[in-house]
Amino acid sequence: MAEQYPILVLLVLLFGALLVGLSGMADRRVCFPLTVTALGLAVAVSIGILQRVMDGGVIRYFVGGWSRPVGIGIELRIDTINALVLLTVTTVGLLTAIFSFRRVRDDKTEKTPLFYVLYLLLIMGLSGMVITGDAFNLYVLLEVSSLTSYALIAMGKSKRAATAAFSYIIMGTIGASFYLLGVGYLYLRTGTLNMMEIHQAILALDGPSSTIVVAFVLIIVGLMIKMAFFPLFGWLPNAYSYCPSSTSCVVAPLMTKVGVYVMVRMMLTVFGTEWVFSNLQYTQWLVGMAVVAILAGSVMALAQVELKKMFCYLIVAEVGYMVGGAWMANHWGMVGTIYHIMGDAFMTLCMFLAAGIFLKQAGVVRIDQLDGMFRKMPWTMAGFVVGALAMIGIPPTCGFFSKLYLIRGGMESGHWFYVGALLISSLVNAVLFFRIFEIAYFGKNPAEGHAAHHEEPSVQPVIKEAHPSSLIPLYLTAAIILLLGLFNGQIVELIEHSLNGVQVIGTEILVEKGGQG
Amino acid sequence: MIPEVIQTYTPLWACLSALAAVVPMLILRRETALREGITFLAGFVMLGFVISMVPEVLAGKVLECTLVQLTADVPIKFRVDGLGMLFALVASSLWIVTSLYSVGYMRGLKEHSQTRFFVFFAVSLTATMGVAFAGNLLTLYLFYEMLSLATWPLVTHHQDKEARGGGRKYLTYLLGTSVGFALPALIFCYVKASATGLEFSAAGFLAGTGIEGTAALVLLLLFTFGFSKAGLMPFHSWLPGAMVAPTPVSALLHAVAVVKVGVFCIIRVFTGVFGLEFLKELDIAIVISWVAAFTVITSSLIALTQDNLKRRLAFSTIGQLAYIILGVSLLEDRAVMGSMTHIAMHAVGKITLFMCAGAIFVATGKKYVSQMDGLGRKMPLTFAAFTIGALSVIGLPPTGGLISKFYLVTGAMDANQPWLVTVFLVSTLLNAAYLLPIGYRAFFPKDRQLSSQPFSWKSTVEAPWACVLPLCVTSCLAMLLFVKPQLLLKLASLMVSDAG
Repeated sequence: MAEQYPILVLLVLLFGALLVGLSGMADRRVCFPLTVTALGLAVAVSIGILQRVMDGGVIRYFVGGWSRPVGIGIELRIDTINALVLLTVTTVGLLTAIFSFRRVRDDKTEKTPLFYVLYLLLIMGLSGMVITGDAFNLYVLLEVSSLTSYALIAMGKSKRAATAAFSYIIMGTIGASFYLLGVGYLYLRTGTLNMMEIHQAILALDGPSSTIVVAFVLIIVGLMIKMAFFPLFGWLPNAYSYCPSSTSCVVAPLMTKVGVYVMVRMMLTVFGTEWVFSNLQYTQWLVGMAVVAILAGSVMALAQVELKKMFCYLIVAEVGYMVGGAWMANHWGMVGTIYHIMGDAFMTLCMFLAAGIFLKQAGVVRIDQLDGMFRKMPWTMAGFVVGALAMIGIPPTCGFFSKLYLIRGGMESGHWFYVGALLISSLVNAVLFFRIFEIAYFGKNPAEGHAAHHEEPSVQPVIKEAHPSSLIPLYLTAAIILLLGLFNGQIVELIEHSLNGVQVIGTEILVEKGGQG
Repeated sequence: MIPEVIQTYTPLWACLSALAAVVPMLILRRETALREGITFLAGFVMLGFVISMVPEVLAGKVLECTLVQLTADVPIKFRVDGLGMLFALVASSLWIVTSLYSVGYMRGLKEHSQTRFFVFFAVSLTATMGVAFAGNLLTLYLFYEMLSLATWPLVTHHQDKEARGGGRKYLTYLLGTSVGFALPALIFCYVKASATGLEFSAAGFLAGTGIEGTAALVLLLLFTFGFSKAGLMPFHSWLPGAMVAPTPVSALLHAVAVVKVGVFCIIRVFTGVFGLEFLKELDIAIVISWVAAFTVITSSLIALTQDNLKRRLAFSTIGQLAYIILGVSLLEDRAVMGSMTHIAMHAVGKITLFMCAGAIFVATGKKYVSQMDGLGRKMPLTFAAFTIGALSVIGLPPTGGLISKFYLVTGAMDANQPWLVTVFLVSTLLNAAYLLPIGYRAFFPKDRQLSSQPFSWKSTVEAPWACVLPLCVTSCLAMLLFVKPQLLLKLASLMVSDAG
């Protein structure tokens, strides 16, 4: 059983989607419990996978028993890095599914089964992208996750959701085509699609190969569109802010982060850090672009009036953090990036969950509509504050430690502009979130003198606190943010374990499919 | 000499005793008396834990406990030594006094949201204890930031426009400098010396890492300005701005806990991160000395011109904090001891002054020095305490302020810095010039009509007893510290004998 975990994650979600679709037609009410069950199982299996990877090293799983190098088999390859990212993906999926309980029921009853089918398929696609060891298979799963997310975004109530989804389709398709083209070039030169075999083939090449360089550039550019790296982020803010809350809560934390993960995987496993950093002199350029992305994202976030839009531009800045960290050719930069993939997923989730609750309970779209929220919705604000502090980078939240590692990497590799940009972005985040706190604490127009506040207000607040099904995911997210921070030492140890393994070939433990013995 | 280490969780309990009070306070938010009772209970429990550690610290031992391994090298760690113990004693004992005062003040003015007030007060105390007992730089930074955030709702308690302005300034300065300066300095240390676990040691964990010259100076400046709770110019203007807070907050946090956390962090940087010996070798601390000297004189001159009593006290605080920084930057044993004891001496004196200012406001609604002519005849106890507090801040007998100032000045002589000795002396005169007239005028007003009336106890209008009792206690404490400063001196000398 345990050997089948890698495929089990995907199967649980895939069959979950099928089951939800079929039984949902008969009775809509079963959709929610079925979805949560499927995702709960996926989380459990992800934990099992992480446990196995921690005990036994890299898992290589050959789908259908078609083992390499003979045959056409697809390999699922899991080391500690993608085990952690996989757990992040499934956990975010589960939390958002719980959160969606009231929303989907209230919003669009006739589409409930469709929503959950697409939702499960999206998580399946993302999980698959994370664990696959095959470059073409990754493309397929990329399309699965992209197509489902287009549909999910287009479900938004406002008309702008449709146009936002459309421009996302255009950009997303261009990105995916770039990626596919890159994989094509790789196949041309190396004759294989398996990531490890591509890596071996690249190592075996005699001289520099322009085909490989072109393939690499195409793949990275494609991924950069997918992860909304500056200046290719135009599709993101509208797509993520006009879609339904439960959709934004899953796409905003996961889509860009999985994109970053795939880029890291390409750099580490497929092309190899040595080839990427010594053959190509792109480090200065990409870190420079990351600096621009961070600053631009932060400044644009400052200019936003709408809450979700502000979070969207923050994502652009955070992607800059990670791209810069990955490309600075430093051990700690890479560690920081991978740690930040997880940390940022939960931070963003926390932001969007809170935004979703505010929208639902109080109709909040603009930041200034949050006035008096500390009094009106204290429980929601409590969860939101934790996420906000993580975004600013206050210890002991995970946001602080990812900055710690990223800045350490920047200092060690001498990228001082990057260090400066990170610090400026932290300060901008402080301004952004304390502006929100201030509005939520003082109200829109604070009284001139302090006499006006001296009696407890007798007026009962009209806005009701959120339903537990919304608050529980928010609090779990906040708890994860704190735990990720407090136990970052262990997590970084896990990440480093795989980073060291990248250079050392032959330490892998082959896990053959059970049927083959 | 390596001090004996004892593993114990007592520092953690001391730290958490305030935080643990938050939940019952929230539950009992409608029962005012019970809620306030919990504050006192937590205060005494905390003080009990702190005192229980005194004998071991005095015996030259160090108490440690490691909580969580944060990064691969750096854990969250508590470590109680002489300096930490000194600061913890001051903060925890004055918390109890201030709690009593807060009860009187908040009830007297019928303030709103009192539960929130007491809850965040307790959280701030936890953060302060965390700073006092922090065993490494990361733990220190963690609690430092926690304190900035936990005090924001206290500073902006009135929730009016003025409070919003003050609160903005407060956070801009504190977070701006800590994220902009202290954090990069911390990470730089982490890059250079992660193997040492960033743990404070008398020799300094940066010694022997090859940091020197400009890099060392920049690092020192980043730390000194990064911990801007210390109010060193030019990053001082949050402090007068934060005077919009209710007076108990100003009293404990802005004369004792918050600002002292700032100077405490700077002392830690000098004695634990760089180490006095290493700094002497580098010969860079003199830059800080002159910045501090400038702050001492300038802030005293500004204080002279302030009519609002709380603002005048705020500028006085800026000057006194700069004393402490000046003392430690001299790197001489006696000057450093003077700095450490001055934390306690100034705390006791200044909290008395702030509580007097609050008591005057509660009883008469007066905020300006110019309105206080002849008030001493109506509030004799308050103004008697005020005068004692003023003497302590100036550094005159019979108060503890003399002791620490004596050490500071002799330290400056040891360092062979005659100009800095002059700075101390001139500023003492300035202190006298802006503090003494207040008390004098209150008892002997210019207006003959006021002074010609015979004094009688029946015509006094003192603030509620809960306001007056604490300030009497602290003024007595200020005099007691003149007679019995041995405990504080012993704790401070532990730190320098380690360093020597």
